[in-house]
Amino acid sequence: MPGFVETFFNLEIMRAALPYLLQGLGTTLLLVLLVVPLGIAGGLAVALLYRSPRRRVRWPLILYVDFFRAFPPLVLLIFLYAGLPFAGIEIGAFTAVAIGFFLNNSAYYGEVLRAGIESVPRGQWEAARSTGLSAPRAMLWVVLPQAVRNVLPDLVGNTLEVVKLTSLASVVALPELLFAARQAQSLTYNPSPIVLAAIIYLVLLWPFVRLLSRLEHRMLVSR
Amino acid sequence: MNAWDRFAATFLDTDVMARYLPDIAAGFATTVWLALLVVLAGLALGLALALLRSLRFRPLSALIVLHVDLFRALPPLVVIVLLYFAMPNAGWSPSGFVATWLALTLVLSAFAEEIFWGGILSVPKGQWEAARSTGLGFLATLTWVVLPQAIRVTIPPLTNRTIAITKGTALGSVVAVSEILASAQTAVSFSFNPSPLTLGAAAYVVLFFPVVLFGRWVETRFAWKR
Amino acid sequence: MQREPPVLSIRGLRKSFGATEVLRGIDLDVRPRELVFVIGPSGSGKSTLLRCCNRLEEPSDGSILFDGTDIRAPGTDINAVRRRIGMVFQSFNLYPHMTALGNVTLALRQVLKKPRREADEIAAAALARVGLADKQGAYPGELSGGQQQRVAIARALALEPKAVLFDEPTSALDPELVGSVLQVMRDLREAGMTMVVVSHEMGFARAAADRVVFMDQGEIVEEGPPAAIFGAPQHARTRAFVDQIVRH
Ligand SMILES: Nc1ncnc2c1ncn2[C@@H]1O[C@H](COP(=O)(O)OP(=O)(O)OP(=O)(O)O)[C@@H](O)[C@H]1O
Ligand SMILES: [Mg+2]
Repeated sequence: MPGFVETFFNLEIMRAALPYLLQGLGTTLLLVLLVVPLGIAGGLAVALLYRSPRRRVRWPLILYVDFFRAFPPLVLLIFLYAGLPFAGIEIGAFTAVAIGFFLNNSAYYGEVLRAGIESVPRGQWEAARSTGLSAPRAMLWVVLPQAVRNVLPDLVGNTLEVVKLTSLASVVALPELLFAARQAQSLTYNPSPIVLAAIIYLVLLWPFVRLLSRLEHRMLVSR
Repeated sequence: MNAWDRFAATFLDTDVMARYLPDIAAGFATTVWLALLVVLAGLALGLALALLRSLRFRPLSALIVLHVDLFRALPPLVVIVLLYFAMPNAGWSPSGFVATWLALTLVLSAFAEEIFWGGILSVPKGQWEAARSTGLGFLATLTWVVLPQAIRVTIPPLTNRTIAITKGTALGSVVAVSEILASAQTAVSFSFNPSPLTLGAAAYVVLFFPVVLFGRWVETRFAWKR
Repeated sequence: MQREPPVLSIRGLRKSFGATEVLRGIDLDVRPRELVFVIGPSGSGKSTLLRCCNRLEEPSDGSILFDGTDIRAPGTDINAVRRRIGMVFQSFNLYPHMTALGNVTLALRQVLKKPRREADEIAAAALARVGLADKQGAYPGELSGGQQQRVAIARALALEPKAVLFDEPTSALDPELVGSVLQVMRDLREAGMTMVVVSHEMGFARAAADRVVFMDQGEIVEEGPPAAIFGAPQHARTRAFVDQIVRH
């Protein structure tokens, strides 16, 4: 049996696979740039609509959020990618990922932002309105900044999850980082490309994990 | 035939559903079993790590932080793929079930450790001192004074995180675990009809929706004003 | 009268946090039934002194004899020592998830291994002693600050300590609640409890203290009867401090 290093950290194979993996990384980053803003926008819509005094508006929103908290995103993705074509709707891997993630992430961001907005005392809103600020301005300039600050760890944490979630796109053959690594592995019969992909994820995400730890810790101490 | 009828005929074909119901049910059982094992092992390991960290022994804490950071940074699917496709090269070939279970357990343990540790830290130092000043030992103080208070701030985020990670059992379909999603996909390819997928989706909702509602209830129940 | 040995005997006690030396050689004896009152400016090391006595802080040097036991000796069971030295904190530190009774019984059951019935009886008596017989089932969040501090005192008393250390027991209280806590402390003194009290309640010191110790910059500058320390302090530093608080 070949040695451990030769098997898992085969530099030759890693070097050969690197360009391919970097291409995959490019796709991953592109996905992130697409699904994070979309998810935040959707989540903001959920959180703002939730302020409605009408229960007929709030109930469906809770249902929507809880549905996607209960539903595995991979199942949603497979449904869109492999199920819809039976109805004559071919949307392709990229669109399936975009739609699936939008639905899923809007729910999660929505829950975070809703909690953030609710954490801002009502007096802030009233003070802003009493100085003549319109409702959208009061929301944008007074309430939202405080809301974001109050739930910053959850926002960062959720974004980290979203980035990690993009690895699911490999299942529907979207050539992002993990997909590229598995392709390279099956071509070389060597796991080094997967190890390299894991290392790339670590290098990319570890600083955010550290940041998150710091933020969470600060919230605990400041309380 | 209007649009709804056509949709129903495609996605809600009762004949197909009935035919593959046993398969999906078997997948359901596998998912439940896998999920239970992940939750038990992941939370137990996470709590054990947090307790070890409370000893505040530097080298040990550093190792624990390393473990936590590693499995918070790596996507669960990457861990599963590593275990399933790469470990055989090292002479250990875990089944898809074991690979998925181990990967999700490690990931859950990392998040759980961080949440438990945060809970322990959130208990003021004075609580430790008061208990120790009456002669309680380290373990007794942890058990009777600190953990009961830590648990209260821990439960809501822990429930949410546990649900989110346990849903990842669906990732097992990628490494040939015949849980709900894989069973449904197999059925789709045999029947040339997506209805088993609908059935599988419903199975997930049946399984996890009550857990999410429980999480909501817990969140309001444990919202604690000091 | 035969002189009894001191309950607490501190010699050459030093404590450093990193490079800063907070206690710089403290010698202090506390005799049975004596109430020693410790005063001094903020940061002079009063809390640290008390916390060294039950090793909540690890002393850097010196010896502490409590009831004949060297508490710094390697073989000493510090938990056994701690249950015989009561401690009362400025911020009460009651367990918020337990009732008043639960707060008092915890150590009785876990440290002294008393059965529940007996622990409950002892705790009820301790709560009655601090005037809270009717608050057994109340959670700390449902009690006033003064009541919480009295529960904390009951928690210490239930273990039948040889001495009780008080670290600014009334500083976190609203003025109208201070009296009830001081009354409990006065009762304790009447009952012959040995006490070391760090506090700014000079009225209480004049009325109840046997001896006042003035600390500054980690040293005991001067000690003596309350009348002497407050009326005719010998050292300039003591005079400055006393002037300041008396005029205050
Ligand atoms: N854990 C610690 N680490 C570092 N320095 C400390 C620590 N605890 C206390 N100190 C320092 O030791 C000195 C004495 O502190 P101590 O709390 O004993 O003072 P004090 O006389 O009780 O003051 P106060 O009246 O404000 O309570 C202070 O300068 C304080 O900053
Ligand atoms: Mg102090």
